[in-house]
Amino acid sequence: MKKSDEHVLSQQFEIKGGDFSNAGKTSTSIKEILQEIGIDTSIIIRAAIAAYEAEMNVVMYAQRATLTLTITPERLCFKLEDEGQGIDNLDMAMQEGFSTATDEMREMGFGAGMGLPNIKRNADRFKIFSTPGKGTSLDLTFFLNQGE
Amino acid sequence: MTLREIKEILKAEIICGEEHLDIEIEFAGGSDLMSDVLAFGKPGLLLLTGLSNAQSVRTANIIDAKAIIYVRAKKPDKMGIALAKEKEIPLLSTHHMMYTACALLFNQGLPGVSSSSNQK
Repeated sequence: MKKSDEHVLSQQFEIKGGDFSNAGKTSTSIKEILQEIGIDTSIIIRAAIAAYEAEMNVVMYAQRATLTLTITPERLCFKLEDEGQGIDNLDMAMQEGFSTATDEMREMGFGAGMGLPNIKRNADRFKIFSTPGKGTSLDLTFFLNQGE
Repeated sequence: MTLREIKEILKAEIICGEEHLDIEIEFAGGSDLMSDVLAFGKPGLLLLTGLSNAQSVRTANIIDAKAIIYVRAKKPDKMGIALAKEKEIPLLSTHHMMYTACALLFNQGLPGVSSSSNQK
């Protein structure tokens, strides 16, 4: 067994804010990678949902972001760091239904204030940091072995 | 219930994926809000939606939905159709509105997805 901190895979993805036509491509690619590795299907779906919601948040609210996918024998992690407007009130943003979305965002089927709660619901560990006017970062962890 | 039976019940038109009409569908859910689909959707879902852009197909792919029925005679754009073909997600379109389409399928014995959200 490999030691716990040894990386099996680490890959970075760039996400462009405002690029609605390509929105979702990164999370689709991530799902394909996780399927190729052979990760448990239920974990893949949770991770893909979280990645997709996080990607849509970047497309809708930020200028750009880097999403780093890291997989070790024990865990799958997403670290997303965006440059953008940040979030003024994190407590409000975590409430289902709270949204500052525009009509264009809603036409994409998003922007109803479900994104961050959906991400938190699916991740085993969820950390969010935001500086208004600068950007937001997310640290998500999914445990690959039961019982952690 | 097979997708072929669902096509007949809804008098739906096939947009792509005709070769998959014999797949079994066990439950369905309807929404135009993709975040809701991501919250309630489960692998195997038949998604009914009026959202016709590519995000409907991406959402279906993310949750391993089996097929999409577009209501109100909507049809996805080229990008959505191309992605559906690549991911082998059958797409159909019915003239029925969401409420009627869901009711027709429910009355024929197709249950809704359980209301519990995706959980760890």
